[in-house]
Amino acid sequence: MLSELRTMWEIFKHSFTKADTVQYPEEMPYLAPRYRGRIVLTRDPDGEERCVACNLCAAVCPVDCIALQKDTREDGTWYPEFFRINFSRCIMCGMCEEACPTYAIQLTPDFEMCEYDRQNMVYEKENLLINGVGKYPEYNFYRVSGMQTAFKDKGEGPNEARPIDTKSLLP
Amino acid sequence: MPTIFIDGQELQVNDGENILEACLNAGMDLPYFCWHPAMGSIGSCRQCALVQYQNEDDTRGRIIMGCMTPVTEGARFSLNAENATEFREAVVESLMLNHPHDCPVCAEGGECHLQDMTVMVGHRDRRYTGKKNTYRNQYLGPLIHHEMNRCITCYRCERYYKDYAGGTDLGAQASHDHLYFGRHEEGLLESEFSGNLVEVCPTGVFTDKPFLKQYSRKWDLQSAPSICTGCAVGCNIAPGERYGNLKRVHNRYNHDVNGYFLCDRGRFGSGYVNSEARLDYAGIKKSDGSFMAVHQQQALDTAANWMQGKKVAAIGSPRASVESNYLLRELVGAENFAAGFSDTEAKLMASVSQILQTTKAVNPSIKQIEAADAILVFGEDVTNTAPRVALALRQSVRNKSFELAEQMGLPQWQDAAVRNLAQDQLSPMLIVSAMDTRLDDVASQCISLAPDQIAEFGVAIVEAMAGEPTSNTQANEIAQILQCAKNPLVISGTSMQHWGIINSAVAIAESLCGKKSSCMLSLCVPESNSIGSALLAGDMSQPLSHLVESAPEVLLVMENDLHRRLSAQQMQQLMGEGTQVISLDMLENPTLGASDMVLPAASYAESQGSLVNMEGRVQRYFPVFQPANERMPSWQWLLKIAAATGHKSLSKLEHFDDVVAACEKNHAQFDGLAIAAPDNSFRDRGLKIPRQTHRYSGRTAMNAGVNVHEPQQPHDTESPLAYSMEGLNRDQPASLTPYVWSPGWNSNQSLQKFQSEVDGPLKGGTAGQRLIISTAKGATKKSENSTTDMQPHQWQLVPVYRVHGSEELSVNTDEIAELAGHSFVALGEVVAEKLGVVEGDGAIVASGDIEVSLEVKILQRVAKNCIGFAAGYTETMAFQAGSLASLTKDKKWQRREPQLIASDKTIPDPMISTGGSARV
Repeated sequence: MLSELRTMWEIFKHSFTKADTVQYPEEMPYLAPRYRGRIVLTRDPDGEERCVACNLCAAVCPVDCIALQKDTREDGTWYPEFFRINFSRCIMCGMCEEACPTYAIQLTPDFEMCEYDRQNMVYEKENLLINGVGKYPEYNFYRVSGMQTAFKDKGEGPNEARPIDTKSLLP
Repeated sequence: MPTIFIDGQELQVNDGENILEACLNAGMDLPYFCWHPAMGSIGSCRQCALVQYQNEDDTRGRIIMGCMTPVTEGARFSLNAENATEFREAVVESLMLNHPHDCPVCAEGGECHLQDMTVMVGHRDRRYTGKKNTYRNQYLGPLIHHEMNRCITCYRCERYYKDYAGGTDLGAQASHDHLYFGRHEEGLLESEFSGNLVEVCPTGVFTDKPFLKQYSRKWDLQSAPSICTGCAVGCNIAPGERYGNLKRVHNRYNHDVNGYFLCDRGRFGSGYVNSEARLDYAGIKKSDGSFMAVHQQQALDTAANWMQGKKVAAIGSPRASVESNYLLRELVGAENFAAGFSDTEAKLMASVSQILQTTKAVNPSIKQIEAADAILVFGEDVTNTAPRVALALRQSVRNKSFELAEQMGLPQWQDAAVRNLAQDQLSPMLIVSAMDTRLDDVASQCISLAPDQIAEFGVAIVEAMAGEPTSNTQANEIAQILQCAKNPLVISGTSMQHWGIINSAVAIAESLCGKKSSCMLSLCVPESNSIGSALLAGDMSQPLSHLVESAPEVLLVMENDLHRRLSAQQMQQLMGEGTQVISLDMLENPTLGASDMVLPAASYAESQGSLVNMEGRVQRYFPVFQPANERMPSWQWLLKIAAATGHKSLSKLEHFDDVVAACEKNHAQFDGLAIAAPDNSFRDRGLKIPRQTHRYSGRTAMNAGVNVHEPQQPHDTESPLAYSMEGLNRDQPASLTPYVWSPGWNSNQSLQKFQSEVDGPLKGGTAGQRLIISTAKGATKKSENSTTDMQPHQWQLVPVYRVHGSEELSVNTDEIAELAGHSFVALGEVVAEKLGVVEGDGAIVASGDIEVSLEVKILQRVAKNCIGFAAGYTETMAFQAGSLASLTKDKKWQRREPQLIASDKTIPDPMISTGGSARV
C-alpha cells in the first residue's frame, strides 16, 4: 500500500520536471561529433580522396555491406574505382571507421536517411565522398607511408632517410 | 626415429631433419623467414630461435637456430622459454625498423608472412626513433612489381631466382643495412619462372603486377582447385575470382607434380579469361557474313535442325577436357570424329601414347625427375615446351652435390654448406638439340644436330650401349655416362615433330632398362590434354585430312582453332560451300569467323573437366566462378545438343558425374577417371567445400549497385564445391583444396598446415590419378628413319618454341602478348654472316608457296643447315617443321625500334625536393 502511494507520488512529481524529449524535427537534438550515423568518405588536407582501397573496412564489416574495387593512379597511389555502401544493411556499428588506416571512412552525426525506395539506400562513392577532412584534419597517409608519389619522393617523408646508394661502399 | 623433448613434450621426429621442421611437423608455431621447404636452410634471418639444454639438469640453456640444428636423440629444447620468445620478438623488432608504414597499399597485405610472424611474436611498438631507410624501385617487366622499401633481407628471392631457378639477372647488391635486391639495371626479369618470386618473398617486395592492376585481397577471392592449361605438365593452380573477373593464379601444391612453383605462362597467362575477345552469346551467320546474336535455345534448335538426318562430323581438341571430347565423339560416332590433331601430331601422339603404355622405362612424375642423376635431353627445348619440367631438371643436376654431401655426412637442407662443398660440380646433363636451349647453362655437354641427325645419333648411342663398336666418339661418351648413372632420365618430346627422335629416345631408355633396374623416360607433348585425346582416339584416330576428304554436311568444331593445324587450302575445302560449320569456342579466332554458327564456351576457370598430363595423370579442374552471359561449358553445350537432336544414349545423361561414369564405362583406358576427384555427392561434415574464405566481404553490397535485393548464392549442382563461405576448408581430399589458410597463418606459408609433413604430400593425399600404367612389355621399335636430301642454299626449318608466344590461349593476355613480341627466324652466326644480316634485320624465308619476311634472331648454337622459326606465331603458322626453305636478306626491312624499357615511374627524377603541398 505504502509502495503504491510512493509510486503515485513519484509519477506526480514528474509532471513538474523539464521534458528531455524535443519536438523533432522542428527542434534538432544535440548529437556529439563522434555519434555513429551516416558514413562518409573524407579527403586529405591536400584535397585528394583519403581512401586507399585497402579493403579493411569491407573485411571488418559484420553485415558485409561495403564493397569496393581498388584502382591505381598514374603515380602508383591506390584509390577506389568504386566504393559502395548498402545502408539498408548497415548497422552503424562504426567498425569500418575503427579499421580504417587512413581516417578516410568516418561516421557522422547524421541519421536522417529514410527512403521510400530501398534502392536509394545504396550509396556510391560520389554520394559518400565529402569535401572535407572530417575529424582528423592533419592526416595524409601517402605523406607518411614511405611510398613514392607524385607529390613526395622517397626519403621526403617525416621519418625517412634519403634513398640509399647501392654503389656506395661507405659503412 | 630420434626422440626429442620440446618444452618437456616428448616427440618422435624424422631422422635427419632439423628442429624447425620437427616443430612444424608437430604443429607448433615457430616463426621463420629465410627457410623454405624447397630451398633448405641458410640461417640468415635468425628468426626460428629456440633454447637448447645440455641435459635434464640444465636450466639456462643456449639460444640456437631451429633451421640450422639437426635433431639428435634425446635433445632438449624449449620454444616457450622466456629468452627464446624475447629473442624472436627482438628479431622481428629489428626487421621492422626499416619496414615502411604502407600495408594498406601493399598487395601482400592480408597474406603477408611478415605480418603473420610479427603478430605471432607479439611485437607491436617501434621503440627506435631513428629514420627509416628508403630504396629506389626498379621496373622489372610487365609481370613483377618491385617495392624495395619492404625488404627484410631474408635472401629468399636471390636464393630462389639464382640458385633454384638458374636466373642470372637478380641479386643482392650493396652491403650492411643497405642491402638491395634487384637487377643491375631496370628491365625485364629474364627467367621464365620469375613469377614465383611473388610467393617466395615473405613480404611485399615482389608482387604480381597484373593482379595489382585489378587487386583484391586474398580473403575476397573466390577460388577453386584447378589445373593449368598452358602445357602438358598439368600443374595444379588455384585461380582467384572477384566481381566476375579472374584476378590471379596462385600455385596449388601437388607433391608429385608442381610442388611449390609454377612457370610464368601458367601464373600470368590466364588473362584471356577476362578478354574482350571472349564470345558472350551464340551467333548465327547472316547472309552478309556478320553474326546475329541468338538466344541459347534458338541456337540449339537451329543446330538440331541442321543436324537432323545429315552426315555430321566433329573435330575435338587436345586442349578440351576428356569429358567434352568423349561427348563429342559419342554424339557423332567414332567414325565421324577426329581428335583434332594435325596429321603429324596425330601420328606422333598415337605412338607416344602407345609407348607410354608399353615401355619398360619408368614414366616419371616431376618429383621423380628431380631425383635423376644423369639426364639426356633429346631434341627438346624443355624450358619452352614443358617449363615446369625444366625447373625440375635444374634441381636434378644438383644430385651430384647431394651425393657429395652424403659422403661428408651433411644433411641436404644445409643449403649453403652443400653448395659450398660441391662448388660447380653438377650431375651430368647431356643436351642433343638443333639449337640453343635454355638449359645449356647447366648442361655438361651440348650437341647441335639437325632433327634427322639427332635420330641417327640416338641409334649410335644405342649401338654404343650394346657394346657394338661405333665411330661416333660423342655417342660412346654419352652411352658411358648414362650407363654409369644409378637413376638416368631420357627426356624427349614431340616439339620437333619428328618421329625418329622419339623413336631413338625410347630405344635409348629401353636399352638402359636392360642394364639398369630403372631408367626414366619422359616425353613432352604439346597440349594440356594431348594424352587424353590420344587415349580417347586410340588406334582409330582420324587425322584431320581424312575428315577434309570425307566432306561432311554438318561439321562440329570444339575448342579448336583449325588454322593452327590445317593449310589455307584444306580449311577452304573443309569449311567451304556445302558444309554447315558449328563452332564451340571461347575466344574470337579465324575458325569461328569462318563458321556458320558459333556457340560461346566457358574457359577452364568457369567449367569443370579432366585433363591427362604428360605422365598420364588425370586431374580434375573445377569452376572458379559461374560463366557470364550465355557462356556454357562445352560438355553442357554438347549434352544440350544431344538432347535437342534426341541422341539415344547421351540424352539420358544430365550431370557431369554421369558423363564421367559413361566415359569410364565405355573406355577401359579411362579406368580411374571417376576417382581423380570426389563427385558431386561429396560432403565434408555435411557441407560442400567452400570456394570463399570465411572472411569473404561485401556480400550485401557487391550487387547492390544493380539491385538492392540480394540474389541467392548460386547453387553448384555439378561439383563437390560450393559458391559459398559455409563449410570447412580442412582435411578434404587433396584434389579439393581451393586455397590455403590456417589460423595465424594468412600467407601461403600456411601450406605446411595442409601437408602431412614438411615438404610431404598433402594430408588428403596427392591429387590426380595415374591412368597409364605401363605393361613393361617394351615399346615396339620402328626402324624407319627418314633423311632429308639437302640442296645447296636450302635450310631445314626447325620450330623454335617460346614460353610466351607459342601457346594459343595465353598469348591473348596483354602481358604475355607484350613478352611474346614478334615472330622471328633464328639463324646461326655463320649463316647470318653469309647472308649479311645482324640481329634485328629482316630475312625473307620461303618454303613451298609461303614467303614471309621475318625479324632475324641470332642464336649461339645452331645445327648445320638448320634455321629456326617461331612456332605458334601467326606469321609463321603455315611453316612445316622439317620442310626446306630458302633464305634471302630483306633489303626493304625496317628495323623495329628496340623495345624501350617501359617504366612504372611517371614522375621525372630528380623529384620535387621541397616537401610542401605542391602537386604535380
